[in-house]
Amino acid sequence: MSKLDMFTDLRKSTSALTGLVLICLIVLLALFGPWIAPADPLLPSPLIRLQGPSAQHLFGTDSLGRDMLSRVIFGARISLMIGIISVTISLIPGTILGLLSGYFGKRIDSIIMRCMDMLLAFPAILLAIFITAILEPSLTNTMVAVGIVYIPHYARIVRSSVLSLKGMLFVQAISHLGGGHLRILLKHILPNCLPPIIVYATLGMGTAVLQAAALGFLGLGAQPPSPEWGAMLSEGRQYIQLAPHVAAFPGAAILILVLGFNLFGDGLRDVLDPSLRSQ
Amino acid sequence: MTLGYISKRLFHLALIMFGVSVVVFLMLRMIPGDPAQLLLGEFASPEELERLREQLGLNQSLFTQFWIYISNIVQGDLGHSVRTNAPVTGEIWVRLIATLELSLAAMCIATVFGIAAGVLSAVKQYSLWDYGAMFMALVGVSMPIFWLGLMLIYLFAVKYPVLPMMGRISLGLEVPDVTGLMVVDAVVAGNWQSLVSALKHLILPAFTLATIPMAIVARITRSAMLEVLNMDYVRTARAKGMTELVVILRHALRNAFLPVVTVLGLNLGLLLGGAVLTETIFSWPGLGRYVVDSLSGRDYAAVQGCILVFALLMAAINLAVDLIYVLLDPRIRVNE
Repeated sequence: MSKLDMFTDLRKSTSALTGLVLICLIVLLALFGPWIAPADPLLPSPLIRLQGPSAQHLFGTDSLGRDMLSRVIFGARISLMIGIISVTISLIPGTILGLLSGYFGKRIDSIIMRCMDMLLAFPAILLAIFITAILEPSLTNTMVAVGIVYIPHYARIVRSSVLSLKGMLFVQAISHLGGGHLRILLKHILPNCLPPIIVYATLGMGTAVLQAAALGFLGLGAQPPSPEWGAMLSEGRQYIQLAPHVAAFPGAAILILVLGFNLFGDGLRDVLDPSLRSQ
Repeated sequence: MTLGYISKRLFHLALIMFGVSVVVFLMLRMIPGDPAQLLLGEFASPEELERLREQLGLNQSLFTQFWIYISNIVQGDLGHSVRTNAPVTGEIWVRLIATLELSLAAMCIATVFGIAAGVLSAVKQYSLWDYGAMFMALVGVSMPIFWLGLMLIYLFAVKYPVLPMMGRISLGLEVPDVTGLMVVDAVVAGNWQSLVSALKHLILPAFTLATIPMAIVARITRSAMLEVLNMDYVRTARAKGMTELVVILRHALRNAFLPVVTVLGLNLGLLLGGAVLTETIFSWPGLGRYVVDSLSGRDYAAVQGCILVFALLMAAINLAVDLIYVLLDPRIRVNE
């Protein structure tokens, strides 16, 4: 499929377009946050604590009187950063391990895949909680933990693509013509593995944002006063009876961003991998 | 399916569990700082610290520590909780039953509503029902369940107080401990007041936990049904004059069930992960909440035990799903 065909198909996909619009909305908030936000997200105003939505504060104020809208806007930056960095942390080692495992097979494949099975033996959130607790709760460690948890997923996807590509005629021809392993892997196999990797990475951004927010909610992610959406929800939980808006808005923001990535990922999958096309 | 295949898979499971035990052991030893100091606090005397180190076996070599740890696990001894001083195995067992009750209830909800939505979507493809159900399924998959739980608490326990917001049963009510599953025990005891209370306490957390699996089941059911509805035998059934309901339920759904069963099984693992968050929100006294509490209380024996139990459950579920799949579909032959 040419790039032009791909973009034409993407433009026709309602789900991809809707997802893209939602993602762009959050990216714009993240980029222009300091100019859009009506107030300083970290500035407490004790006199206006836990106020509901009003003309002055569209999303209300939190327990320290900070403007919730500004905190949600600044939180977009953190959530997008978490998504990108976590996915990169899982994508690079996952791809390398998958390439090695699928291409060389035999003992290397066995060792790598058994290690991946071990990581997959834990429920994802539990492993992330465990790693974060060991590394000490912080935003950086959250991204590392979420990244490590999803390495096996990429390794498996890449491995299965490599296994099918390895037997293809063009790869065997290059091998017979004297092409080295590194050249075959990087110049011929990797580019052909990209479509499933791109689809999974897009869907993975949503998952990473969700997992990181869950860690933040449990108090293991970004620490106060950082306006991370999960941590804001955790604070909102204490005031759910008095001021439900403190939990409502950050949660809705997480939902919109994750929904955006999932819609876009679904659309991309339909375009890049027609064999998986949903009916 | 042969005995050889099953024993091979069981050996594989044992190997993974051994690997998991090694990973958990090493990771807990990687935690910075002296565990004795962490447990006793910064004002502990050197003698007290030394005594605790001796008691926990921290003075021995890493290999000896690992040997003791593995020997104890094999004998079902997961150590003692530093917070309650009770054996971790017993503590985990009580909580595991609570988690099981919640997970089973969530699974029932996910199965019933997920399959119903999926069938409706497939039968009325490209209708408003189809778009609506599939959009809701997509929202469900993207849902931060810890947020949904809070919103449900606000709506049904605070604004319109019709359901309780935490715990497993109302204060003052009791059921005899037969199976540990409150609902079952209340039925066995014929205590209807307790049964109603237990069911009411179950609704919100079970719905919260069921959201993501329900959405996945709906999507899988729809695509499996669409595939089956185009088959010749469905057309034949219609041509024979059978009612649409019989065609859908008896002929189509039965054959579309295979991928759904697989997804249901795999979702059990997802439920275990989701239980960590749901139990924390609803103060449900299960394994998920126990592991979070143990981590914040630096009760590493408890954390270690919980993680091993979770990993064992996940591996056992995956194995069971594979075996059931082969049993259900005779066309699948195991590659030995």
